[in-house]
Amino acid sequence: MSASAVALGSLPAAPVLASLAETGRTSTGEEVLFWFIAPVMVLAALGLLFARKTVHAAMSVVLVMVCLAILYVAQEAPFLGVVQVIVYTGAVMMLFLFVLMLVGVDSSDSLVETIAGQRWVGVLLGLGLAGVLSGVVLTAADMTPVGLEAANADTNAVGVARIIFGDYVFALEVVGILLITAALGALVLTHRQRLTRRVGQKERADARVSAGTVLTPLPAPGVYARSNAMDVPALGPDGRPLDSSVPRVLRVRGQERAVSEVAAFQGPDAPHLTEAEESTGDADATGAAPPDRSITGEEPNR
Amino acid sequence: MPGLTLVPTQVAVATGADFSNDTWWIVAIKAVGVVVFLLTSVLVAIWFERKVVARMQIRPGPNVHGPFGLLQSLADAMKLLLKEDINVKAADKVLYLLAPMISVFASLLIFAVIPLGPEVSIFGVVTPLQLTDFPVSVLYILAAASFGVYGIVLGGWASGSTYPLLGGVRSTAQVISYELAMGLSLVSVFILAGSMSTSQIVASQEQIWWFLPLLPAFVIYFISMVGEVNRLPFDLPEAEGELVSGFMTEYSSMKFAWFFLAEYINMLNVSAIATTLFFGGWRAPFGLHLINDGMFNEGWWPLLWFLAKLWTFMFLFVWIRGTLLRFRYDQFMKFGWKILIPAALVWIVMVAAVQSVRQFTDIDLQTLLIALGVVAVVAIGLSFLIPEKKAPPATEGEPEEFDAFAGGYPVPPLPGQTLPPSPRRRARLAEETEQRTATAVLTAEADASTTDQPSDGEEEEPRG
Repeated sequence: MSASAVALGSLPAAPVLASLAETGRTSTGEEVLFWFIAPVMVLAALGLLFARKTVHAAMSVVLVMVCLAILYVAQEAPFLGVVQVIVYTGAVMMLFLFVLMLVGVDSSDSLVETIAGQRWVGVLLGLGLAGVLSGVVLTAADMTPVGLEAANADTNAVGVARIIFGDYVFALEVVGILLITAALGALVLTHRQRLTRRVGQKERADARVSAGTVLTPLPAPGVYARSNAMDVPALGPDGRPLDSSVPRVLRVRGQERAVSEVAAFQGPDAPHLTEAEESTGDADATGAAPPDRSITGEEPNR
Repeated sequence: MPGLTLVPTQVAVATGADFSNDTWWIVAIKAVGVVVFLLTSVLVAIWFERKVVARMQIRPGPNVHGPFGLLQSLADAMKLLLKEDINVKAADKVLYLLAPMISVFASLLIFAVIPLGPEVSIFGVVTPLQLTDFPVSVLYILAAASFGVYGIVLGGWASGSTYPLLGGVRSTAQVISYELAMGLSLVSVFILAGSMSTSQIVASQEQIWWFLPLLPAFVIYFISMVGEVNRLPFDLPEAEGELVSGFMTEYSSMKFAWFFLAEYINMLNVSAIATTLFFGGWRAPFGLHLINDGMFNEGWWPLLWFLAKLWTFMFLFVWIRGTLLRFRYDQFMKFGWKILIPAALVWIVMVAAVQSVRQFTDIDLQTLLIALGVVAVVAIGLSFLIPEKKAPPATEGEPEEFDAFAGGYPVPPLPGQTLPPSPRRRARLAEETEQRTATAVLTAEADASTTDQPSDGEEEEPRG
């Protein structure tokens, strides 16, 4: 920390400002874009801090990233801008969302710190990052900007490729090795030996079939002229009511209604339920007996 | 690395489109034209899909509204517009509304960089038939596509319901695994074309369309492009047999229509990308460019070729939908991670090796191709030396007992197994022999000299 503080004091920041003033002229369009994007970015960044739901916070980050990408493109760095969206918005934040969804929609965040002293470590690392960044800015003070046209002479992508795969190829390789090591480390650390046989989708399907239970969806409840509620059973092809078509909860509670209660009888001599029958609701009235109009398969085709 | 120069020595990068003549009204005309093209194409695409699938299933398809049922999708669109807009109570209001908008917005972005044709004259201004282009257009396409998935994921999450959430989770996993393979398959095109700009990629295909030398990459792209737009057999995020309709379950009316619109625009998008990157873009097919000094590769003609190729891919989409079944989820993940991505990686390394030999040495193309052919032949020859998997031991001797419910499933007899005689048939046989013996007894009584008795089970008439 002290080293960077010394550097801050001793190195003059004047050349940076001077060179910025030289090349930093902006057009009107650029200014309009900036003053439109910047407030959006600030609001979205605040949204990250203050959003109650984690998905909202994640979406704020996505918004910041997309705005950042637009600014990159406006600064004539289309490669950086587009890669920003592909890598960070498209892959990294997508993974975040994936985890959030797996954790569950309604799970609230636990605010208990599980790692002891992580705040102090975080503060230290933050200070270190600030030191590194200010060091980078100050060492850039000696450089004289060549301008975007010279940098993008053979298109932006080629320019970036020359720098990454030419000047900084060693750093790139080191970072690549680091990333692969990290990925392998994650694999090794999360690996566990299987003590039981793996139960995959195929095994589950086999188990379901051999259990001999109903494999298809259960029949839907009955739909009649007078009632299409959940508590009336449907009729099977033989005309008998299907008990399994009424949800189990209603059946357990005894809230199932019989077909005879909702069946519409037509004609002058249609039977009417007496009040006694309605009130008692004995076993015969719960649809155990087949209705008169049973389907036998021998009806004439109409 | 001394001695190695990074400047390509042999591969000349083709020049891209020149937009210097464009005025603001030309850009406006092109932008409006792209949007109008996409919206009308979606109407046609829905009709086309229903009609083609109907023909594959031997039924007429929509044929009531307008000639050949052409106005059917218009009527459906009107119906969706006028339907009641239902907002789910448990939904997260903002994201629930935002999700379909993100989907449509991202899908409209992609056609901006697709070259529909070479330079044409619009109201006296010579301009390429393409809204815009920049050095990293194909990456821009990938970025827009990966952004569009947020619509699906957020729609699934914000609905506040189980099936949509499952659809959203599936879609996230699908994107992460299949976009990798898609991006990797495009890299070999970049290597050969020497550019990531769409107009330059089309220009680089003057000699040969890239799908021929880069056939494996094209196959990988084709598979992952079907996965990218959530079409069968990769429609797990909206699998209607499992998840009602996945992330779209809680959407109705116009919000549903947006999702629907985005899906079809995305189909057009990926077809256009396949056309541009692998099938020569707007270039005339079947050697038509040789006629009349390349007349068919100039002016407005190429628009026709582009559309023809685009709709060929659309037809393939419908064909696949009419033919294939949906993947099981674990098969689908295994296919993406264990087959597509390794294959794409190996292919990139091979293409990069060949390309670096071409660039950094003096070997000419013919020698290189012959050498590659020899290597391929040797590799195929060596592959014959690998011992084949042992065939399962042939079942011999006694026909084994047939278990009609082996493993719990009702199964047909395997080779070597025979069906046991049907119990119904046995009963009927017994009945028949009883009758015959009865009649035989009667005839024997009538005519004692008869000796030929029908033997049991020998004479069976086939069951009808």
